[in-house]
Amino acid sequence: MESPLLSVQDLYKSFDETPILQGVSLAVEKGDLVSIIGPSGCGKSTFLRCMNFLEIPDAGRISIAGVTIDCRGLEDSPPKDLEAKAHELRQRVGMVFQQFNLFPHMTILENVMLAPTVGRNVSRDDARASGNRLLEKVGLESFADRYPSQMSGGQQQRAAIARALAMNPQVMLYDEPTSALDPELVAEVLTVMKQLDAEGMTQIVVTHEMRFARDASDYIVFMEGGRIVEISDEDEIFENPKDERTARFLGRFQ
Amino acid sequence: MKVEIGKPARKRFVQRDQVECLAQGGQPERSGVMRKSEGKRVVQFLLVVFAAIFPFVTAGAQGAQEVLRWGADTDSNAPYGFYNADNELTGFEYDIIQALAKEMGRKPEFVQNDWDGLIAGLGRGMYDLVICGIEITPEKAGEVLFSNPYYVTFEQFVDLKGSPPITSLDQLSGKEIGTLDQTAALTMIEATPGVVVRPYEQEVNAYQDVANGRIFGVLLDYPIAKYYAAPNPNLQFSGPPFGQITYGMAFAKGNTALQMEVNRALQSLVDKGIMRDILSKWGLWTATIAGAFGQPETPSLPDTEYKSFVASHAEQATLWTRLQRYATNWKLLLDATILTLQVSIAGMCIAIGAGFTLAIMRVFGPWPLRWLATTFIEVVRGTPLLIQLYIIFYGLPNLGVVIGQPDVGIKLPPFWAGVIGLGLNYAAYEAENYRAGLLAIPRGQMEAARALGLTHSQGLRFVVIPQSFRLVLPPVTNDFISLLKDSSLVSMVTLIDLTGAYNRIATQTFDYFGTGLLVAAIYLLIGLPFVRLARWTEQRLAVDTRRPGQRPGMFPLPRTGRK
Repeated sequence: MESPLLSVQDLYKSFDETPILQGVSLAVEKGDLVSIIGPSGCGKSTFLRCMNFLEIPDAGRISIAGVTIDCRGLEDSPPKDLEAKAHELRQRVGMVFQQFNLFPHMTILENVMLAPTVGRNVSRDDARASGNRLLEKVGLESFADRYPSQMSGGQQQRAAIARALAMNPQVMLYDEPTSALDPELVAEVLTVMKQLDAEGMTQIVVTHEMRFARDASDYIVFMEGGRIVEISDEDEIFENPKDERTARFLGRFQ
Repeated sequence: MKVEIGKPARKRFVQRDQVECLAQGGQPERSGVMRKSEGKRVVQFLLVVFAAIFPFVTAGAQGAQEVLRWGADTDSNAPYGFYNADNELTGFEYDIIQALAKEMGRKPEFVQNDWDGLIAGLGRGMYDLVICGIEITPEKAGEVLFSNPYYVTFEQFVDLKGSPPITSLDQLSGKEIGTLDQTAALTMIEATPGVVVRPYEQEVNAYQDVANGRIFGVLLDYPIAKYYAAPNPNLQFSGPPFGQITYGMAFAKGNTALQMEVNRALQSLVDKGIMRDILSKWGLWTATIAGAFGQPETPSLPDTEYKSFVASHAEQATLWTRLQRYATNWKLLLDATILTLQVSIAGMCIAIGAGFTLAIMRVFGPWPLRWLATTFIEVVRGTPLLIQLYIIFYGLPNLGVVIGQPDVGIKLPPFWAGVIGLGLNYAAYEAENYRAGLLAIPRGQMEAARALGLTHSQGLRFVVIPQSFRLVLPPVTNDFISLLKDSSLVSMVTLIDLTGAYNRIATQTFDYFGTGLLVAAIYLLIGLPFVRLARWTEQRLAVDTRRPGQRPGMFPLPRTGRK
């Protein structure tokens, strides 16, 4: 069996002496859709942000699509090439934020075109063509020239997904992608994610959407207190949680 | 903003000048001459920088010098040196310099400078000598070289017509007496017990207040009394001549060669009776000066210049004659407006460029840069712009004196001194605007840029800075309007900008109110297009913040989302 597309080993991270991640390890195979659930403050968002080095881990080893960064003692003396390596790693990873973080001064199409044209020197014409294709994919082809503030939350989040896809990432990370959305707008975002899953995209989703987690995930990671408590099949974890903390957390959603 | 309302004519030097005139040897240097074309200015600037670095290169060119450059403050300075109603430079000192230069076989070249900077200008080498009714005193003789006296006079007391005549200053005890700030007369009445001293900035106002009964009388140099008080039928000369005042031309310390040359020529003018002719024409040939020169007391010529001055000021200015006068000054006002715009726009360009750099240094730089930027901002914001301009214009040329290398100095032409002074000053304010703008962009924006594989600087350039630009546009516009008005301070470094033109016109016509309104209106008018332009830009840029059908308004930014 080939090595996993994404692997994290023994990740540690503290903010101001407060430990957030205390030895987290995870391996994700190509094409998997993994949901990470857990109570607020369990470290799941930090875990996700560490994966593309928006937060620099204190210790641990992250390997994504052939780029490996060993973070032992990074906080004390970040190596000179960390920035370069993190940059290389980010090229392979797309990220979607809870608040979309679209660039408000650009149209939707310009948002999608920015990374290829600036980061990868793709010609504007090529970037426009593929940008339009991506917008079509998320159902926003008629919104290309709108500005983010002229669109609904669900539309904005779909645009943000298209923007992340513009880099041809091998892994997509979602940090609570539907938490800032009105309930009736959640479905349109989840539909896009399911569609990407069907196309074989590897996706890791930090979410509170238990229904989505259960319906769409290949498996579910339950975190608490900076550790992974349980990794389980999506039906298994809901119907027969092995850990009592998982059971207690999920019990609130029953 | 400081509005300079004319300049007092006779002043003594204040202490500050003593520092500034620890001078260099009065090297002729062409940058002091005003109002050159823009292209020339740039060349000039480079030449001056070059000359400042290699002083010995220019030293050789001196022998061929045929020009006699004389500095004076001609604002509100009748009868010394002033612009007459036809906007021509005249005055008895002007006539003396013309005759003197002819006698010396040199070509006179006038350099305007503000009174407070006159002596410092000698140190900058802006001109070879100063002739501006400067009184020879022992203290000043230590700072500059003086020529032999070219005029000797006294203090004249003036009060309301019909007041009992006075014989001694002691009789003024308990009364309010006006004079000009920093004059010999001021020292004299301050030494008189019981007198309430009222120092004025403008001789016109002092005499006006006597006529209005606001003060009892005015003590000032005889030429001033003769020109500003004698024509007024409500005022009278009272009492004997008080004290004795001798005017001398000032040279930079060490320039004894020129001092001797001038003294020789001056003596020759006295001997030939030319000095007597000039002073007679101006109605200034008195027993005092006749005695000093050892010549007959009777004037050699009728006082035609005095008569024409009185005549030109006697006519009542109607609205129509005022408008005519403004119209005859259209060229001056136009040039001044253009200069104000040039200084302001060039200053703003520097302010924006330097301010932006400072803001980036302060927000994103490593600590030494951050510290440097913060210090610059705090120092510049915490000190007056006027002082900064003085330091740049008068201080930098003497840089070498401070570090013990007298040849070293940076002589900026007035235009660039003004532009750099304004630019650096406003850079500090711009930096803080941009810093606020940069910090106002939610952190999620940069995170999204980084997550998209952009580098930090790409994120700044394409994501953060364009958004900050929209945020800071209103305060930056505001600053530009403010800079436009503060540019009036460059009239302090010898530039005839709008405020300089105001001084010139107002003091030659005494029409402070009308000229003030006119110039204020010009400032307002040239500022308006920029306000419009900025509003238009704001609206254009704000298009992305509008929902369909919504009016442009506040820029809604996404909330910072971080868990």
